[in-house]
Amino acid sequence: MHLHKYEKMWMLIGGGALLIFLIMLGVGAFYQGTKPPSCLTTIDPQNVEAHDSFKKENLGMQQLDDNRYVVNVIASAFNYDFGTDEEGNVVRTIRIPVGSEVMFQGTSTDVVHGFELAGTNANMMLEPGYINTVETTFNKPGTYTFVCNEYCGTGHHYMTATVEVYDE
Amino acid sequence: MIANQLTKKDSKLSMAHMWVAFISLLIGGLMGLLQTLVRTGRFTLPFGIDYYQILTVHGVILALVLTTFFIIGFQFSLMSKTVGMSDKERVWAWIAFWVMLVGTIAAATMILLGKASVLYTFYAPLAAHPIFYFGLTLVIVGTWIACFVNFHQLYKWKKANKGEKSPLLAFMVVINMIIWFISTIGVAATVLIQFIPWSLGIVDEINILVSRTLFWYFGHPLVYFWLLPAYMAWYGIIPKIIGGKIFSDGLARLAFILFLLFSIPVGFHHQLLEPGIDPFWKYIQVVLTFAVAIPSLLTAFSMFATFETAGRAKGFNTLFGWFKALPWKDVRFFAPMVGMIAFIPAGAGGLVNASNQLNLVVHNTIWVTGHFHLTLATTVILTFFGISYWLVPVLTGRKLDEKTNRLGIIQTIVWAIGMFFMSGSMHIAGLLGAPRRSAFSEYNGSEQVTEWIGYQYGQAIGGSILFIGIIIMMYTFIYMTFFAPKGVEEFPIAETAEDAEPTPMIFENWRLWIGIAVVLIAFAYTIPFIDIIQNSPPGSPTFKGLIGNS
Repeated sequence: MHLHKYEKMWMLIGGGALLIFLIMLGVGAFYQGTKPPSCLTTIDPQNVEAHDSFKKENLGMQQLDDNRYVVNVIASAFNYDFGTDEEGNVVRTIRIPVGSEVMFQGTSTDVVHGFELAGTNANMMLEPGYINTVETTFNKPGTYTFVCNEYCGTGHHYMTATVEVYDE
Repeated sequence: MIANQLTKKDSKLSMAHMWVAFISLLIGGLMGLLQTLVRTGRFTLPFGIDYYQILTVHGVILALVLTTFFIIGFQFSLMSKTVGMSDKERVWAWIAFWVMLVGTIAAATMILLGKASVLYTFYAPLAAHPIFYFGLTLVIVGTWIACFVNFHQLYKWKKANKGEKSPLLAFMVVINMIIWFISTIGVAATVLIQFIPWSLGIVDEINILVSRTLFWYFGHPLVYFWLLPAYMAWYGIIPKIIGGKIFSDGLARLAFILFLLFSIPVGFHHQLLEPGIDPFWKYIQVVLTFAVAIPSLLTAFSMFATFETAGRAKGFNTLFGWFKALPWKDVRFFAPMVGMIAFIPAGAGGLVNASNQLNLVVHNTIWVTGHFHLTLATTVILTFFGISYWLVPVLTGRKLDEKTNRLGIIQTIVWAIGMFFMSGSMHIAGLLGAPRRSAFSEYNGSEQVTEWIGYQYGQAIGGSILFIGIIIMMYTFIYMTFFAPKGVEEFPIAETAEDAEPTPMIFENWRLWIGIAVVLIAFAYTIPFIDIIQNSPPGSPTFKGLIGNS
């Protein structure tokens, strides 16, 4: 089948652009390590406490070293459980110093939930039976909002929490 | 082949489908309007109706019912026109119609009773009433009957016309139905093997990732099932309307074959942020997703080549003069053309969504909703409207008159303006983080969240304008059906340019193309699917109370 000269050029430019995009995505994912959240660890959704990260005392923010943290969270309709603070109050706001590298690690005990920190690139799905993780660096102080972005029932739009990034 | 109209019996069959499609448009559109109003925070639904109930109605009735009925009705008319339909085939076509309709009514009843507010994606382990799943099964079974009617129609024609290439539009219909058949096997599997026994209580647990993977194995080819009938009109009908010829029969068939190959093994790009799926296989399917952009690039070239050739043949020989020569005042061209233009940003947005890393920014935000309101609710729907302006008069034995034409042009402009505001504000709000599938909420009341609300007003303004567009369309539909002047409206079928190269016969080798499609699916899915099953966590029980189904 004959292809018109202009058509060949058009397909070459279009196909070439797609190829360049794909190479960028591939290099980004497999060389620079920015893969989408794809944790392969499974967990019993009826008994998440059996996993160390989701024991009551390990929920919420845990410091790893100077500026690296892990935040453990259990999602259930319609709440994000970040554990309690020293005084025993439920944590609704996580305070993070500016410049921190944070890994969010979560799972669900009931249905599928979303876990998105609006204004950052932290965004992942939390599914019962799986742990998922996403990392982000906080370079700008301010208030950020967690939203559940996967439909989880009638109270889905009330499922939220807050991150406050503060200047030291 | 050109002059003969459809028989009365054929017309009645397609028209029955059109009725369901347009009634769905009205109901689904009303639900959409209500959603945008609720999301301003100034409006509460009456009678204790839940937001997610109307969201489920909106999704199911527009994305599944309107599209499926319109497409199957339109395809029946194309097949009757190009290869003919026997009485026996027509009986089966009617059976398909009634099975689909009964299924639709069953599912719709459960949604209206508040027993199935699970959205049209019906993710487990949210559990709807079993009748909802049975209803969806019937819809799928009905479409399968329609598939085999179409396959049989072309098979019969091929037997009677040995060695000839099949008519272009019949070829395209069969490709679309093969894609549909192969992909719906996935959703049928999850509904029959997983959802129904689980919702009936025969089994206690459901494997969530398996069900989601099977759903999205169907969920992306679904969008091509919507898009390809629009492409049929662009390739096979519009050239006739603008007084031109099909640029290349071979290229048109090549584009459709590429869709058959690449539109199915791409479901993981809806699951990029999910745990339990190896990132390597996600990336493989991202590559295949990008490959499916190629037939759309081919189509863009063919369309503009057709436009330019037609314009130049009429004597408009300057660089862009041919553009003016297009029949802008003919709604049969104007509506689909506006749809085509919308596909440029829509397609680019689609590449953003499918990109591994960029997906983190937009996944499950209202950007995605903005995206498919450009693709499905603008490109596809405006083309469907453009088809109905001549198809409905053909089916009812009336004429597309000046009044219908004028209403159609106004409708198209109203639609474009409404969608500009609605989809535009959805895209922007999505980039700012506003989630999709969510009722009005101030969340934690932060400044960040108040930024979104302004755009939600933008969506309500756009949604209201779009609803005016729906009312104009409904009026036009009723007018075309009952009141337009009687006469013979042309069923426009384009012909290939005389100097076009002959179409290679390899395009008719169905075994080859279906074979390659199956190999690609097996390549993209076998290993990750076995991984998912082998590494399964404990399954999930039903969660009914969360959606108010208790």
